[in-house]
Amino acid sequence: MDINTLRGLGTVFAFVAFVGVVIWAYSTSKKKDFDEAAQLPFADEEDDKASGEQHKDARSDK
Amino acid sequence: MSTATTPTAYNYKVVRQFAVMTVVWGIVGMAMGVFIASQLVWPELNFGLPWTTFGRLRPLHTNAVIFAFGGCALFATSYYVVQRTTQARLVSDGLAAFTFWGWQAVIVLAAITLPMGLTSTKEYAELEWPIDILIAVVWVSYALVFFGTIMKRKMKHIYVGNWFFGGFIITVAVLHIVNSMAMPVTLTKSYSMYSGATDAMVQWWYGHNAVGFFLTAGFLGMMYYFVPKQAERPIYSYRLSIVHFWALIAIYIWAGPHHLHYTALPDWAQSLGMVMSLILLAPSWGGMINGMMTLSGAWHKLRTDPILRFLVVALAFYGMSTFEGPMMAIKTVNALSHYTDWTIGHVHAGALGWVAMISIGSLYHLIPKVFGREAMYSTPLINAHFWLATIGTVLYIVAMWVNGITQGLMWRAVNVDGTPTYSFVEALEASHPGFIVRAIGGAFFLLGMLLMAYNVWRTVRHSKAAQLEAAAQTA
Repeated sequence: MDINTLRGLGTVFAFVAFVGVVIWAYSTSKKKDFDEAAQLPFADEEDDKASGEQHKDARSDK
Repeated sequence: MSTATTPTAYNYKVVRQFAVMTVVWGIVGMAMGVFIASQLVWPELNFGLPWTTFGRLRPLHTNAVIFAFGGCALFATSYYVVQRTTQARLVSDGLAAFTFWGWQAVIVLAAITLPMGLTSTKEYAELEWPIDILIAVVWVSYALVFFGTIMKRKMKHIYVGNWFFGGFIITVAVLHIVNSMAMPVTLTKSYSMYSGATDAMVQWWYGHNAVGFFLTAGFLGMMYYFVPKQAERPIYSYRLSIVHFWALIAIYIWAGPHHLHYTALPDWAQSLGMVMSLILLAPSWGGMINGMMTLSGAWHKLRTDPILRFLVVALAFYGMSTFEGPMMAIKTVNALSHYTDWTIGHVHAGALGWVAMISIGSLYHLIPKVFGREAMYSTPLINAHFWLATIGTVLYIVAMWVNGITQGLMWRAVNVDGTPTYSFVEALEASHPGFIVRAIGGAFFLLGMLLMAYNVWRTVRHSKAAQLEAAAQTA
């Protein structure tokens, strides 16, 4: 195989991988997981379960 | 303190150690920067001694600010963030302590060997082989502590900030080990395993990814924790952060050849480096926008919170320098900018504006927490620091833009008969005012760090053992 074919395939592979990551990240099935993960910086706040809920509501559409 | 979970306390000791040393090395490294900037204004400051010449002190400055200041900031924040977001104590206190003392030993050895003129001559990798081995050992220990803690996590997810820290730790290990491959001749002298254009390419594959992973991915890890925390709202889009992570790490690794435009490096490699650098704008700005938009609905906090101001202005400088970088990587622009002060200005837009400001903001958030205090001793002093840092950075960048474009234009000017219009010394003389402004800008930034040192000292000096212990309890 010509080295340039390999280089071309490398580009195609990178593009497919990128599209794959985007589809995966924006799939509705992952939404709940990501909303949970986004709250992790606040999981350590002792007395404020309430404000944790509040954080969650703030951005559930993104 | 603790409710259902077992009350394991966090290891904050190592975080405190690294946090304090960040401030100390920041002052040392930046003072060194102001000193060598002054040498360019007043060459008499070289003192006619080999140990104090610009050529030897410049790598000491870069090593001190990148690896001592930046490195300690990364250790402190990554150890803090990984514990807080996994609700687990660091996997090994002994190994964590080893990373602290090992890293300090590396810094001290650098401060001794570089002024002595012991250098491998590879930029940002000047340290000789015995120190390189120590760095590798410390770094692998760091990886063990970090990933060991992630494996202990109590939560299902690994927070995106930890992905950035993890990517930074792994990549820096690979970069350092590959680039430092050398044949030792004596204890203090070695020769690179690579030669010619290959050596140059390996060096700048390392060099640019030191920027991309040490100075970017690691500090983005900081950003993804401290911006949401200080703004008291979750990151704007967690999904964007995932795309940001994979796109950034996949593309950064190819951008190195833009340091070697118009050299002996094959043309296709130069063009590849240029194109990849241009594409890099997208993930860089994706991350910047994600951080900025986290403040949507909370912009009013900027009026009262100088810590948040540090974090947001850091993102603004990040956006600016990640636009400037791809532009400078275009070969025709590079033909004007390369080897001029424009490059130095670009680096400092990133180093002062992004790296230092995001670290300073993060430390102002973190230090009271790990020392068991309510808040920093003085908020007005943080505010003063913010303005000194911002004005200092702007003075620095503007001076270097003016100098860089002046130098680039003067160097390329030719008479009708093809001879250069200006001699090198004429371009140097034209740069003198810019050198003065740069030294003043640097001094502003350093003065801000001194205020920070005072503020930190007043914050932590009355910390009692009991408070330290209470601070370290997990929620």
